[in-house]
Amino acid sequence: MKKAKTIIKLKDVWKTYTMGENQVHALRGLDLEVQEGEFLSIMGPSGSGKSTAMNMIGCLDIPSKGQVYLEGTNIADLSESDLAQIRGQKIGFIFQKFNLINTLTAKENIMLPMIFQGYTEQERHDQAEKLLKLVDLGERMDHRPNELSGGQQQRVAIARALAVDPSVILADEPTGNLDSKTGGSVMDFLKKLHKEKGTTIVMVSHDQHVAKHADRMEFLRDGQIVKKIK
Amino acid sequence: MLSEYLRLATRSLTRRKLRSWLTMIGIFIGIAAVVSLISLGQGMQNAITEQFFQLGADKITVATKGVETGPPGSNNDVLLQESDLDVVRRANGITVATGRLVEPIRAEFNDKERFTYVATLPDDMDERTMVKEVANVMDEDIVQGRMLKAGDTWKMIVSEDYVNDPKFDGKNLVVGNKVRVNGQPVEVVGIFAKTGNPFVDMSFVMNEEPVRNLLDIPVKQGLILAQVEQGADMSRIVEIVEKDLRKHRNVDKGEEDFEVQTGEELLDTFRTVLGVVTAVLVGIAAISLLVGGIGIMNTMYTAVLERRKEIGILKAIGARNEDVLLLFLIESGLLGMLGGAIGILLGIAFSKLVEVSATASLGTTLIQAHFPWYLILGSLVFSFTVGALAGTYPAWQASKLQPVEALRQ
Repeated sequence: MKKAKTIIKLKDVWKTYTMGENQVHALRGLDLEVQEGEFLSIMGPSGSGKSTAMNMIGCLDIPSKGQVYLEGTNIADLSESDLAQIRGQKIGFIFQKFNLINTLTAKENIMLPMIFQGYTEQERHDQAEKLLKLVDLGERMDHRPNELSGGQQQRVAIARALAVDPSVILADEPTGNLDSKTGGSVMDFLKKLHKEKGTTIVMVSHDQHVAKHADRMEFLRDGQIVKKIK
Repeated sequence: MLSEYLRLATRSLTRRKLRSWLTMIGIFIGIAAVVSLISLGQGMQNAITEQFFQLGADKITVATKGVETGPPGSNNDVLLQESDLDVVRRANGITVATGRLVEPIRAEFNDKERFTYVATLPDDMDERTMVKEVANVMDEDIVQGRMLKAGDTWKMIVSEDYVNDPKFDGKNLVVGNKVRVNGQPVEVVGIFAKTGNPFVDMSFVMNEEPVRNLLDIPVKQGLILAQVEQGADMSRIVEIVEKDLRKHRNVDKGEEDFEVQTGEELLDTFRTVLGVVTAVLVGIAAISLLVGGIGIMNTMYTAVLERRKEIGILKAIGARNEDVLLLFLIESGLLGMLGGAIGILLGIAFSKLVEVSATASLGTTLIQAHFPWYLILGSLVFSFTVGALAGTYPAWQASKLQPVEALRQ
């Protein structure tokens, strides 16, 4: 078996917020590696630094101390524009609140990240249609987010995350806003994606039942990885 | 790529329809004002230029100095006299010179009394031809009846205005009617086509001799009109006439109570006055544009605050700062340009309305709206620029948002 490639590596990452006169450490020396093809879940109670960790992994935020490497490149060396470009290219986000653009149809939402990556119009249409069929929403292409159920919206969000063929999908509490049945089907879908297409997935959740779907679990407490399960 | 941005911008504008409209009102009032003011000003300038071309570049006028309250030559403070006319006639480089009287009179017809003007034609053939040319009442302009002939006594011609727009209690003047002018019955022998010059169109045109007798003004001259020798240097002739008149009227240089002007100078004076008036009005309109721009800025700024989350999403899925900046700039520019386009249409409509109502109620063709292409194009570019400029700061703020900050809502 060939050695897996490291996609994201966090090395002694600290994130400190100043609140009034107090310094709050959301992350205290977090070390983490994400390998190509794995399904990793990061679990922790609220306040454990999950979301901050997620923002670091997704290059949405810059650490106060420590380094973040995205496919070997230290993101501190990148300009903001380059970072945005690379983020758009390598990372697909799935948010708890779906975060679709309400004025755009399902299809247009999926096409949006491709615009910023310079796909041609034809490529955008083809890819968006293909992905909508993949998430079983082929019939709902021209519906606006507010005309879709929560589960359907999250599936559109998943399709959007896959639009530019990213190296990794980051899912932040993807089932947090869904009932257990719909949440279950979204999880099934992510698992299917991982199994059948080998997509790398990093998921953050506070729910053990959800987190258990992953191959590997990391437990986060007070901004540090504390122990390994499974 | 750009067309995609355009579509995204249009989407977010149509989502906030009411606010987009309110924002655009500021712009389109300003643009409508600028377009209508410039088009009317330009049209008026064209009309005046046309009027003065009839006067011709080879003619000069002598008039008394002072505030004119009526038509040129009707100023009564200082009088030009027959002897002044003779001085002009004898001046070097002058071929023909004549005096023109324009006097207020009382007209009675159909038991209705009106105050208007009588304008005179001289008896001498050359002088008569010159006056007819300048007033734009040539033989071929007679549409009914005949031209006033030299030697006609209690006869006159009037413009079509007296036919199309009856001024005596709804009664037209027709050839053969007798109107009492200061009590003296005067017969209408001909109707001439409208000249477009409101003073000529409202005047009764009579021969000089009977008017002098009727109004008892034996020597007074209104406006002196003179033809300059072909090829002569206009400014030199003006100097000569001025010198001769100063001597005759016994006034010092710089203290003249009269004014010698060429057609070109008169035109320049009008243009300057019109230019100043237009500039002041456009200045006022520009202030309203500025206010419109601030409106756009306010709208865009609110949009940035409201749409932090959307900006966060855009950045998370790969939009660079410059993409967000461009997106917001296009949105505000579009607001400006759309407002401008509506403003141009409104401005054109307003100018046309002024033109039509001026023609209908004042009977003057002097106000003709004129829409040069550069006015239309310029307004569009300008309103886009105002919009984009007003959106620059909010857009820059939007682009600077950290994705984490923006998403945390």
